[in-house]
Amino acid sequence: MHTRRHALTASARLALLLLGAGVLPAAAQAQAQAAGFNQAAFDAKSLADVMKALGANAPTASGDVAVSAPDIAENGAVVPVGASSALPGVKRLLVLVEKNPSALSAIFDVSDMVDANFSTRVKMGQSSDVYAVAMMNDGRVLYAKKEVKVTLGGCGG
Amino acid sequence: MADPMRIRAQAAGDKATVRVLMAHEMETGQRKDAAGKTIPAWYIQQVHAKLNGKDVLSAQWGPAVAKNPFLQFMIKGAKAGDKVSVSWVDNRGDTRSDEAVVT
Repeated sequence: MHTRRHALTASARLALLLLGAGVLPAAAQAQAQAAGFNQAAFDAKSLADVMKALGANAPTASGDVAVSAPDIAENGAVVPVGASSALPGVKRLLVLVEKNPSALSAIFDVSDMVDANFSTRVKMGQSSDVYAVAMMNDGRVLYAKKEVKVTLGGCGG
Repeated sequence: MADPMRIRAQAAGDKATVRVLMAHEMETGQRKDAAGKTIPAWYIQQVHAKLNGKDVLSAQWGPAVAKNPFLQFMIKGAKAGDKVSVSWVDNRGDTRSDEAVVT
């Protein structure tokens, strides 16, 4: 009994020590390394939570934002997804996969020098809606979504 | 040091289409190894692109971006001979920067 209690307090102390040194919380460590990385937004579970984490308004559906993705993805580990908008004044484009463990996949900051048109590849754990969200300079938040069926998930072990 | 990126930038009209293929594991932190231990997350968090040394694009990525990430974007006003450089930072603090010339 005695030794076990000793071991417990010792390990608790060690944990505290690590916490104090900032070694233990991986998230905090990651944030320190990459300044400007919005960890809260990438931890958010739903579209609404992501918008909250980014301090944006509630999104509305719009035909001026386009999301391109396959109808059926055979391999969920590599799903090509494109997000674009022809509207002027797009500040940010986001790509989200609704049913992933964390909804947000990527944020692209649009400048005057680039088109609001990006393509990348994401992982999808299961069939889900894929969102392209455009945050406008005037505060509007517009989105388009598309359902993608996944026959083999990309988040399995 | 990570493997180099493959960057191709092609001018068409007054725009250049840039395609980047990065070499990175993009480990989500959700998977478990054979012993049942969680594999720690390891993924690119930030990507920056420059045209002739001027910032044109910055992006933040989560672990949901696929392994060996692909990125395509278009730079306005880029012409043949311009230099495009792309760099990334991952959650371990590793970075990699590569350059290509617009053709």
